[in-house]
Amino acid sequence: MADTPLQVTGRQAKQEEAASVAEVLGDAAKRAVAAVQDYAFLSGQALANIFTSPHYVQDTLEQMDFIGAGSLPIILLSGFFIGAVMVLQTGSQFIRFGQTSLTGDVVAIALVRELGPAFTGLLVTGRCATGIASELGSMLVTEQVDAMRAMGTDPGRKLVAPRLLAALLMLPLLTAIMDFIGLLGGCAASVFSLRLSAVEFWRRAIDALDFADLMQGFTKPVVFGFIIATIGCYKGLTVRGGTQGVGRATTSAAVVGSVLIIVADAFLTKLSLYLSNKIF
Amino acid sequence: MGFDEGPVLRGVTFQVQQRETLILLGETGTGKTLTLKMAAGLLTPNGGSVIVLGNEVSEMKERELLAFRHKIGFVFQEGALFDSMSVADNVAYRLRENHVPQEEIDQRVREVLQFVELEHTLEQFPSELSGGMRRRVSIARALINHPPIVLYDSPTAGLDPITSQTIITLILRLRDVYGVTALLATHRLQDGFALANFHFDPQAKRVVPNAHNGIAAGANSARTRFLVYRDGGIYFEGEPGEIANSEDPYLKRFLV
Repeated sequence: MADTPLQVTGRQAKQEEAASVAEVLGDAAKRAVAAVQDYAFLSGQALANIFTSPHYVQDTLEQMDFIGAGSLPIILLSGFFIGAVMVLQTGSQFIRFGQTSLTGDVVAIALVRELGPAFTGLLVTGRCATGIASELGSMLVTEQVDAMRAMGTDPGRKLVAPRLLAALLMLPLLTAIMDFIGLLGGCAASVFSLRLSAVEFWRRAIDALDFADLMQGFTKPVVFGFIIATIGCYKGLTVRGGTQGVGRATTSAAVVGSVLIIVADAFLTKLSLYLSNKIF
Repeated sequence: MGFDEGPVLRGVTFQVQQRETLILLGETGTGKTLTLKMAAGLLTPNGGSVIVLGNEVSEMKERELLAFRHKIGFVFQEGALFDSMSVADNVAYRLRENHVPQEEIDQRVREVLQFVELEHTLEQFPSELSGGMRRRVSIARALINHPPIVLYDSPTAGLDPITSQTIITLILRLRDVYGVTALLATHRLQDGFALANFHFDPQAKRVVPNAHNGIAAGANSARTRFLVYRDGGIYFEGEPGEIANSEDPYLKRFLV
């Protein structure tokens, strides 16, 4: 009797080891697929909740304040300097050809098409996707989400939908502000550093833009807003392992959100360029 | 209510009669919370069935469950109060969701907060309250719409003996005044005995010991039964008397 358990444990240990490599890989793959599925489900549900009642207007307004008004300072501050840096960098190249007046065109197109939406998306991810993830994560670990469900409220409606709607509405507005402030910063830099006239800069900047640029520049932030809200909510609502888990979720919301935005940006750019050739 | 089979829990089957309090006794990690969450439909069992108030909870969709849960009060272990809302808003939450007129909300919030003797905390936030007060607010929140069933998840865990006693007294009053059916998870046997051996006397307006073990005077014939969990299954099921006089070494450990 004393020998048998030893034999059994030995055999079991071996079997476990052999199975564990395949199992670990298999489990990891399954988990990854399940995570994508959960994320898609949460996003789909949230979109559907936006278009059906009941709505939580108060919560949506609060989130609009948090995501929109709350992000204004960082958008204003970084927007101004992004525009200024753009002018300094491009200007230093244009000086070689004596074509400094072209900086207005370049800065306007780069800002409206690309830098405005991308920087707004990344900055708001850093501020709000993490904020959403940590808030919902803390609510989850303190059982507040369960309490909500226990009292007959759908957390998807009460927590996810208002954040998604707020992000979808606020990101284009923030981008517009970013674009404007960026041009303002660019104007300041070109006046003080390149000795261009402010009027000349603005005229060229506005002439350089056409409708396709604006379309591209304002479709992107809607998609980025979607990514920010859904990633933040998904990471928050899938927290495992207490407060440490909340920390991990917050970090991963920032990382996954930023990477997704950059990847989405590339595809959206390609798509918009293709569409603008076809349509406009 | 009935249960069958679970992932951590296996072969758990029990019923709770009307106005009965079933004490789920067990060490931490034996599946007490799991049982309560299954009863409220917050978790779905892998197999078996959960039937509450004639609804097969284990088969219901989330949408139906949300409506069904209006009939259930759930008191979470740490209270699970919404920390971004004041006490009054926490308690009023359910009524707001159901678009009850503001006047009625005010009145009913005051009423339940009076019941848990916390009417002075209306405007305070959960973070400003002590652990025992938070539990009481949580109980007030659970009973705002007078649910016929209340599920208590370790209401006395982590509280000092005196505060624990006030919580148990509150649960007692809730049982005897509103006549709720309850499922109470705890690791303290004395919680169960207190519920079994005392009742709330509406005339004297205080909690008095029962004349005879388990049977209260007059209309207050609320029964208390015990269910002891061990290693993911039911280890013991029976009346308070049986557990008190048990010779079983495992059950005796709870008596100390």
